[in-house]
Amino acid sequence: MAKNKKAAVMTQTTWKNALKRDWQLYLLLLFPLAMVAVFNYAAYPGLRMVFMDYNPVKGYSGSPWVGMGTFRKIFQDADFINALKSSIAFNLMDLLVGFPMPIILALILNELRYAGFKKVTQTILYLPHFLSWAIIGSVAYTMFRPTTGLVNMFLMNLGVIQDGIPFLTEKWHWAATYLLIGVWQGMGWGTIIYLAAITGINGELYEAAMIDGANRWKRMWHITLPGIKGTVVTLLIMNLGRVMGSNLERLSVFANTQVRDFQYQLAVYIYNKGLQSGKYSMATAVNLFQSLVGVALVLLSDKIAKMLGEEGLL
Amino acid sequence: MAKKKEQVVKNADTGSGGSRAINKFRISDAVMMLIIILLCATCILPFIHVAVKSVSGNSYVLAKQIYFLPKGINFDAYASIFRDGSLVYAMVYSVVVTLIFTVLGMLACTCAAYPLSKKRLKGKTGITFLLMLPMYFTAGIIPTFVLFYDLKLYDTMWVLIWPLIYSPYNMLIMKTFFQSNVPDSLEESAFLDGASNIQILCKIVLPLSKPILATLSLFYAVGRWNAYADNMYYIKTDRLKMAQYKLFQMVSSASESQSVTLSEAAAVTSTPEVLQAAFIMFVTLPIICIYPFLQKYFVKGAMVGAVKG
Repeated sequence: MAKNKKAAVMTQTTWKNALKRDWQLYLLLLFPLAMVAVFNYAAYPGLRMVFMDYNPVKGYSGSPWVGMGTFRKIFQDADFINALKSSIAFNLMDLLVGFPMPIILALILNELRYAGFKKVTQTILYLPHFLSWAIIGSVAYTMFRPTTGLVNMFLMNLGVIQDGIPFLTEKWHWAATYLLIGVWQGMGWGTIIYLAAITGINGELYEAAMIDGANRWKRMWHITLPGIKGTVVTLLIMNLGRVMGSNLERLSVFANTQVRDFQYQLAVYIYNKGLQSGKYSMATAVNLFQSLVGVALVLLSDKIAKMLGEEGLL
Repeated sequence: MAKKKEQVVKNADTGSGGSRAINKFRISDAVMMLIIILLCATCILPFIHVAVKSVSGNSYVLAKQIYFLPKGINFDAYASIFRDGSLVYAMVYSVVVTLIFTVLGMLACTCAAYPLSKKRLKGKTGITFLLMLPMYFTAGIIPTFVLFYDLKLYDTMWVLIWPLIYSPYNMLIMKTFFQSNVPDSLEESAFLDGASNIQILCKIVLPLSKPILATLSLFYAVGRWNAYADNMYYIKTDRLKMAQYKLFQMVSSASESQSVTLSEAAAVTSTPEVLQAAFIMFVTLPIICIYPFLQKYFVKGAMVGAVKG
């Protein structure tokens, strides 16, 4: 009894008691903490190379300091400006085309009648999410090569076109193909979150609406969509944070010299300048710029979401 | 009396069935099914085409006659892949790396998620911050590269394993599951019986969390199996590269010249296209084979993750 009272009064446990009671828990935590310390945090001091002209032979201690020189250099670098423009343009397009697709698909899946049909098709639609970009890229080439690709072969045999469409070898065609493949890869998996949110909507709302004579589209518009609004906003925030990011695996698998203008995005720039051409400081500065803008974007869109009365992310 | 009740229930059943019948199949239903079927076709047909191509005769492929039915079936392309051996080696190597990675990953994930799922843990906020920050902010490729070089991890198998075994995202999913699916009262009573924290974890929490353990193991395994950017950054030796990276190398060299790089010893008799198709199938099949069985676990995990993403 006395003990209970004491516990109630003392809301804050002392470290001594906490360690005595939970030392095993802290012991367990040592493993993941050691992992992030060694493989993540230990790399942070290396970021000082953005203020240096880093030379791997001389190391951090031997390389000269250049202050903001690296940043001045990258903003004068035409390759960087180009990569930045392409990255932002392609990511915004990805967002514009790719973001609504899972929502639309989830609405359709939700309306499907036959449970078996729904289950099988969902399984099939999730599949691309589990394939690596190497597989998707190689299959895409099999589909879209100018003369021997399945799509061009089919169209030419039909006589619809004379010459193959350069889906992956002319930059504007490439842009469309690249974006659509991205949408295709993510659309099925993206529905899961929305379908889960739809399950959470109170079924009585639908019944009441049906009694009031609301048809399918009205129910979709006035009940389902408002019901998943919170989820949509949360995911939009997460995706806005990625507007600066780019995926090297996806970009490099679709690389070829004809489309370099569009394909040379930030991830490619960092890999190319850094690990391939040895301009370590420049690549790191771009990488840092990219992640800082990314973090800022997430924080900003989270604030905006909260201002609009949504739950936000953080 | 009981019979009458049954009758009523039955009536109610047919009643609801009746209302479903009134709500009849409309054109919009057909349109929606058609859209879904078309989208599914885009997910399946390309792979059928590649599979068919990989077992078709060279002359038919060159004559562009292969769509979705094989002609002149033979397995020469697969035979030359096996003769060459390097891809088979890469597959075995990838399986080994993936297995080690998954085991260590689950260990690291559990070690982080279980303590952090306890509300009473002192210093929880600070530790959570330390463990989550790497998800939002990393030092970037070059500082990491220099670090791994200094740690003597560069160009070893372990660089594909250690750096990624702790995943903040998976930890979050596991923590959420522990908090919402393992009743506190069960743990408390075990605690009163004198069980230690680790005993509670091993005897109560983990056995109750089998679904999420399965799901996260799969996330880890598929993640490792499919990723190859780190092969590009940190691996130089050919024998230490994973199968997906080999496929990537083949694609990027073939995208312009359409040639496949297999050693001379393989005595390639297939055309590059057939060989490439076989190559793709070889790397894709493991995923496609296990996928239908594992899919439900993935969905479950994704939903838990969605609740508190």
